Amino acid sequence: MLTGEPVIGILLFIILAPFVGTIVLGLDRIITARMQGRVGPPLFQPMYDILKLFEKEKMVIHESQNFWIFGYLVFIIITGALFFGGSDILLVIFALTLAEVSLILGAFSSGSPYAHVGAERELIQLMAIEPMIIIAAVGFYEVTNSFNTLDIASYGSPLILVLPGIFIGFVYILTVKLRKSPFDISTSHHAHQELVRGLNTEFAGSTLGMIELAHLYELVFLLGFLFLFFGFAAPIIGIIVIALVYLLEIFVDNATSRVKWSFMLDSCWIVTAVAGVLNLMALYLILR
Amino acid sequence: MESLIFLILFPLIAGGIMLFLPNGRGRDLFVNFAAIVTCLGSLYLLFEYFGKGEVLFAVDGTFVDPLILAAEVAIGLFIIGISLKFKKYLVTVLAALQLAMAAYTEIVFEPAHNIGFDLFIDPFSLIMALIIGIIGSLICVYATGYMKTYHEHHKDVKDRRPLFFFLMFLFLSAMFGIVFSNNIMWLFLFWEITTLCSFLLIGYARDEVSWKNAFWALLLNVIGGVAFSGAILFINAFSAGTDIYLNELLKSSPEIALVAAAFIGFAGLTKSAQFPFSSWLVGAMVAPTPVSALLHSSTMVKAGVYVIVRFAPIYESSLIGIAFAFIGALTFLTASAIAISQSNAKKVLAYSTIANLGLVVACAGIGTEEAVWAAILLIIFHAVAKSLLFLSVGSVEHQKHSRDIEDMGGLIAAMPKIALMMLIGMAGMFLAPFGMLISKWASIHAFVNAIPPFGMLLIAIIAYGSGITVFFWTKWMGKIIEVRTERKPVEKEASRPEMSAILTLGGLTVLACLIFPLISSTMIEPYLHAIYHTTSPLLSLSNEIIMLFMIVVVILLPLSLFHFAKGRTLRRQYMGARVTEVEGEHLKFLGSMGVMKEEELSNYYFPNMFGEKELSRAGVWSSILIIVVMFALLSWVFPLGVMM
Repeated sequence: MLTGEPVIGILLFIILAPFVGTIVLGLDRIITARMQGRVGPPLFQPMYDILKLFEKEKMVIHESQNFWIFGYLVFIIITGALFFGGSDILLVIFALTLAEVSLILGAFSSGSPYAHVGAERELIQLMAIEPMIIIAAVGFYEVTNSFNTLDIASYGSPLILVLPGIFIGFVYILTVKLRKSPFDISTSHHAHQELVRGLNTEFAGSTLGMIELAHLYELVFLLGFLFLFFGFAAPIIGIIVIALVYLLEIFVDNATSRVKWSFMLDSCWIVTAVAGVLNLMALYLILR
Repeated sequence: MESLIFLILFPLIAGGIMLFLPNGRGRDLFVNFAAIVTCLGSLYLLFEYFGKGEVLFAVDGTFVDPLILAAEVAIGLFIIGISLKFKKYLVTVLAALQLAMAAYTEIVFEPAHNIGFDLFIDPFSLIMALIIGIIGSLICVYATGYMKTYHEHHKDVKDRRPLFFFLMFLFLSAMFGIVFSNNIMWLFLFWEITTLCSFLLIGYARDEVSWKNAFWALLLNVIGGVAFSGAILFINAFSAGTDIYLNELLKSSPEIALVAAAFIGFAGLTKSAQFPFSSWLVGAMVAPTPVSALLHSSTMVKAGVYVIVRFAPIYESSLIGIAFAFIGALTFLTASAIAISQSNAKKVLAYSTIANLGLVVACAGIGTEEAVWAAILLIIFHAVAKSLLFLSVGSVEHQKHSRDIEDMGGLIAAMPKIALMMLIGMAGMFLAPFGMLISKWASIHAFVNAIPPFGMLLIAIIAYGSGITVFFWTKWMGKIIEVRTERKPVEKEASRPEMSAILTLGGLTVLACLIFPLISSTMIEPYLHAIYHTTSPLLSLSNEIIMLFMIVVVILLPLSLFHFAKGRTLRRQYMGARVTEVEGEHLKFLGSMGVMKEEELSNYYFPNMFGEKELSRAGVWSSILIIVVMFALLSWVFPLGVMM
């Protein structure tokens, strides 16, 4: 996790994140399979999938779409590297936005109806979750008086004690971020007949491989963000809670069906306002 | 001092000459010449006053003052006359009221003009002068090419180009006057000139719609003018007499300064098109594109935020300041949301200007050192990126005969240069690590520490607004790069003057992002230091390095295209495995009934959720409420006994 030396944190993230991400996703797929009464793939299947994708024929509609996807991968890695390097969390969030926008533009550029609808829905998702992420960052600042992830993580007591609302709000939008049902509206893992993988429709071979790889990095970054609510003050509890939260996400994924985008947008914004903004306001009373 | 006076007078004289030059190569050359001289003049100003801090100049008033007075009366009479002619009696009444207040001030108080400094320059007005000089002149160069095509396309509009160019340069002259004036009476005259210029330029086409929108702009700006003359009357009536000078006023007793700041700030709200006054700027879109670009980037609205940012130190931690901050934040949120539902490119740009200026006003209302830093950066980045976008859209409109975003699909293939410039401009407006985002980052930093618990509410507003901004810009970018079939670029994307202005502005946008730490440390921070007397580092070196690193990555990324061009198999879109064919620029697919259908894609606009009418109404009424509360507070801050 975070270390005193930013360079070590950055390097560890760049090298280890794909493996950590693979293990988490692999477990995800196994547990999902068990919930559905299947055996499921081997633990490292997500990694095998990516390696396989890189060996496939390189098919594109035009070359520029790869440029956007490469940009997406690069900026997801920069996002995580900034985060684990202990940098300003607002910069981290903005780098994440840049990465997301790059992915969406990649899908737009293909000029395909499925990708187009997927891109627009992804954009709605982005709009739905952005306020909560910023509010979470500001919540961290209010308590720790610093925007630096390193300072936030090393704060004396677990932040979740004073930021419960923001934690709940963040877990809510995490469902969107992890593309789990009921909010998997932009790529729709399970609804092939409707969107044919939406955003990802026109990406194949190594391009798709880059997207999957970026997902692994993003996953580790998001879990790291959750860890900030516990920090070095309660690392073990933090990891346990994160594992439970992830289990809950898998359960919700399997137990719910997709909803319309408008419900997603409304509910994310309302949860942000109720849980997040109220928590921020309450901090004034708690901290004074 | 000579260079200041030169910058005010030269565009005025050059514009006056243009009034008599017939259309043709000669006039275009003269416009280019005047633009270059103006631009070089502002650069010379940078060279002359760089690092000098605040410099004040006394001007011999005996000759100038009667002229100023005469000009003010002339403008007042002109507005009264034209509003009578067009039966816009409300404008008449307000203009008459304003004239009466000015006359009352002159006759009763006889403001003593010879005891202070009428002109000044400091790093902030230097930055503003550079924006006016460089961007304003580029827009004028662009206009030579644009207006020619404009009249080829709009045969019904009478060609008034001599007047057009005169007004454009008069506008620049007045803007220089605004940012160099230390004497508030002078500032007010230049303020009125910009109102007049914008009125005449919006009404350029002289048809019914243009007149309607022009008068609407005039009406709202005259309301601001009344507030401004109210401030002047107040200052003359209740202060020591030297307070008509900005530098003295900023130092004067809190009551006097705060009342003046509230009234002049109110005038600033009208000019910078904040809610409830935003509608005039949207209506101003009927004007030819160079006018829109000028209004949005280097003149008019910038004059509004300029005065508000000037008074920012007075707003700091006062309830009046909080009111301004909320009007700004509310404007940012509402205008951004409305932009989602618009498909008219110029309207999207208009609403995004209103939104961004809202952020500036919010920062100025907070008034802390950090917030003002963010405000000035926002002004700079907005000026460059927005002018780039307006000019690009203008040229696209001439090619495509439409200003609708939905008609810009695949622009990157049809007009690659301009499309690329638009992408740069849009990235500059909202994407990390580009300019506007740095400012947004700074404003969040600033709000967190500001006036608890109001700061948190502002943060929440910014957080939502930020998500919304990402939505409407990205979908537009997506439309531009959405290429369905191979298509050849058009032969000539725009005329030479247009292209040169657009490319220069594109370069300036990138440059501003690269050198903003330098601008900050050499100009903005010295200005802030002079006011706040602190030296807290506003941008840590490590963050600066990260931002620069990200910019370099973004600039280098396109090189990856060379790699991705190798060894790829090109395929057509996967349309649920349907049969597809290409016909010209159209992509067709086999529909369910066995007929070939053309593929059409369009973006989401959510008119039900982000409808212009409903949101505008909400924005207008809530901002009116805030303003009413603000002036109620003001009468409480300033006891009635003193006022009487």
